[in-house]
Amino acid sequence: MDILDLLKSLLSLSLGDFIRRTFGTGPGTELLIDIGGVVMLSTFCLLIVIFLIWLTRKLIARMQDRIGPNRVGGRFGLLQTVADVMKLLTKEVIHPSGADWVAFNAAPILIVIAALLVWAVMPFAPGVIGVDLNIGIFYVMAISSASVIVILLAGWGSNNKYALLGAFRAVAQMVSYEVPMILALLVPIILAGTMSTKGIIDAQTIPFIFLAPISALIFYISTLAETGRTPFDLLEAESEIVAGYHIEYGGMKFGMFFLAEFINTLFWAGLFVTIYLGGYRFFGLENWVSADGYPYGRLIGLIVFFAKVFFMYFVFDWVRSTLPRVRVDQILNLNWKFLVPVSLVLLFAVAIVDKLIPTGTNAIVRMVIHLVLNVVIAAATLEILRRRGRQNRLATPGGGSGGAVAVPHDGHDGGHGHGAPQPIEDVPDVLDAPLGAREPVVVPVH
Amino acid sequence: MIPLSWFLLLSAALFCIGLYGVLARRNAIAILMGVELMLNAVNINLIAFWRYFTPDRSVGLVWATFVLTVAAAEAAVGLALVISVYRSRDSVIAEELDTLKN
Amino acid sequence: MSQQIIFFLLAAITLTSAIVVVTMRNLFHAALALMVSFLGVAGIYILLEAPFLGMAQLLVYIGAISMLIIFAIMMTRRLMQTNETPFNSQVIGSLIGSLLVLAILVLVIGRLYPLAPADAVLQTAPQVDPAVLQSSVARMGRSFVSAEAYVLPFELASVLLLAALVGSIIIAWPRRGEEDNQ
Repeated sequence: MDILDLLKSLLSLSLGDFIRRTFGTGPGTELLIDIGGVVMLSTFCLLIVIFLIWLTRKLIARMQDRIGPNRVGGRFGLLQTVADVMKLLTKEVIHPSGADWVAFNAAPILIVIAALLVWAVMPFAPGVIGVDLNIGIFYVMAISSASVIVILLAGWGSNNKYALLGAFRAVAQMVSYEVPMILALLVPIILAGTMSTKGIIDAQTIPFIFLAPISALIFYISTLAETGRTPFDLLEAESEIVAGYHIEYGGMKFGMFFLAEFINTLFWAGLFVTIYLGGYRFFGLENWVSADGYPYGRLIGLIVFFAKVFFMYFVFDWVRSTLPRVRVDQILNLNWKFLVPVSLVLLFAVAIVDKLIPTGTNAIVRMVIHLVLNVVIAAATLEILRRRGRQNRLATPGGGSGGAVAVPHDGHDGGHGHGAPQPIEDVPDVLDAPLGAREPVVVPVH
Repeated sequence: MIPLSWFLLLSAALFCIGLYGVLARRNAIAILMGVELMLNAVNINLIAFWRYFTPDRSVGLVWATFVLTVAAAEAAVGLALVISVYRSRDSVIAEELDTLKN
Repeated sequence: MSQQIIFFLLAAITLTSAIVVVTMRNLFHAALALMVSFLGVAGIYILLEAPFLGMAQLLVYIGAISMLIIFAIMMTRRLMQTNETPFNSQVIGSLIGSLLVLAILVLVIGRLYPLAPADAVLQTAPQVDPAVLQSSVARMGRSFVSAEAYVLPFELASVLLLAALVGSIIIAWPRRGEEDNQ
């Protein structure tokens, strides 16, 4: 036991090495380290939510020209969330009549478990990772795919029509958006040649956002839909189905859904940073080991990682407070008619081009080739969208002048045709409309 | 330290539970659930034999993946059939679907 | 030793929830038990050092198949509220039959792979270089697309999936006449 040793280990994020030095190596020590790591990681995830909620409220308030929480805990309302948690904890536990007891109570627990499980493969700094699975990304996709069913449990178990509607929407949206998400993620996996999160960071001498910007964009959009945040938050749209699948939950049970949402958002921000922004890499400084053998570089890596993560989190909140909610048909059209085809084309092109580049090529040359490929695909996509938009405007009488974009119904609900094509807004076509002439998205009220 | 036979016995037990479900349940969806259990039992066998006899080759994993694929296809088509039958006959009880019998 | 404890835990979870699946009257709870059973099997795969398949199990069985089953149960839920027995008339016969099958399987397994085997290979999983197991996913991926290995079954599987996709949509699509009737 050496206090100085302990302090240095803490500062260099190598507490495990300290424990091994102090208590000797053995299966018992390893078990202790593992359990300690699990406890620390999940406690961190649960506690940072208190800060995240405050941050989101402050950010959104500023963007909406409000002040936000400013009473509890000083000028900045720092303790507002703590007070909210206290309130949630003291609320009465309510069971709706006719609710399915097992499903109703299991859902809030399982959703937090699923939100915490994915953190196991998040690399915070060199060597600071729960477990470096060689199928890390696949593990994340599997857990997040399995966690969709928890929402179905909550919706069904509540014995409430709004809850069930919200759950159906959630399932339709999340299952659909998994497809472009996995396809987009295959691009960095091809570039890195591994599915391990640590391996992907090691492969990024140049961050993958410069090699695969379209894939990053598709992944980002799918992430928004997967976490159910605005503009894709119609699984809990307040003005349509009140609160969606967690309408019947009160007190801390609701708090757990809220918690899981914030943990998930931070996780996806972290995964985006890991895969596309180079994670904890900071010009090799993150591997710096001091003369007496403490890897202080890990601290630099951790700081860099969290700086990037909170930047991404800011972008999430920025999008959330800027964009209005889209409709169900728009959300599915955007997915199946735009994101999936683009990501398929991108995957084919990247796989072929990356195979053609010889292995010894300079990283910058490789980056330029991939960047050109991405620009070509983006230009082709925009050109196709522009043509389609023009055709649609010409096909609709009076379409182009008012700026309202109209497309004919294309078959998916052709049974109710009224002869003339019916004007509806289609998300990709909005790109072609003159700025400022967009029609506001009208949310149908039932 | 687990003998291979433990995995095989687990798989056998799971298979027989699934078989019982297929034979004894009335609801077509429950019968499908039994079939899924049986397919899982088969997969445990495949992976166990892969791990104990050919861990350096991929044949066991590949076969288990194909079983997984077939299970997914079977579930999709089977449940579509159940929904279709429910629409036209208003029942998913396997015994009541006997139009061809009489 | 710890491996044996984990095995028994997983086996108990899997078999108990499987029994719940085939005996529970409430189909929704049976589907939940089915998910737990799938989870136990995924744990068995990970115990057998095939984590890729364990995750595939999670993705396909829990993320997709259980979801389909729960949706089907919801769509036919009027039938769930009956108090009839969940079993058909041949329940005794099927119990005896499946127990017989189990007896035969146990007999065969006990003869071929005894519980306390003399052969070292059967006693415990062979020690393999961890790198070999680590690269098993990469080897599997390569053998899927290699002409000497499984490229034909792989392509056939994709055709099968496409056929299942199209087929199930066509089967479940409401016909125009039926839609008018409802």
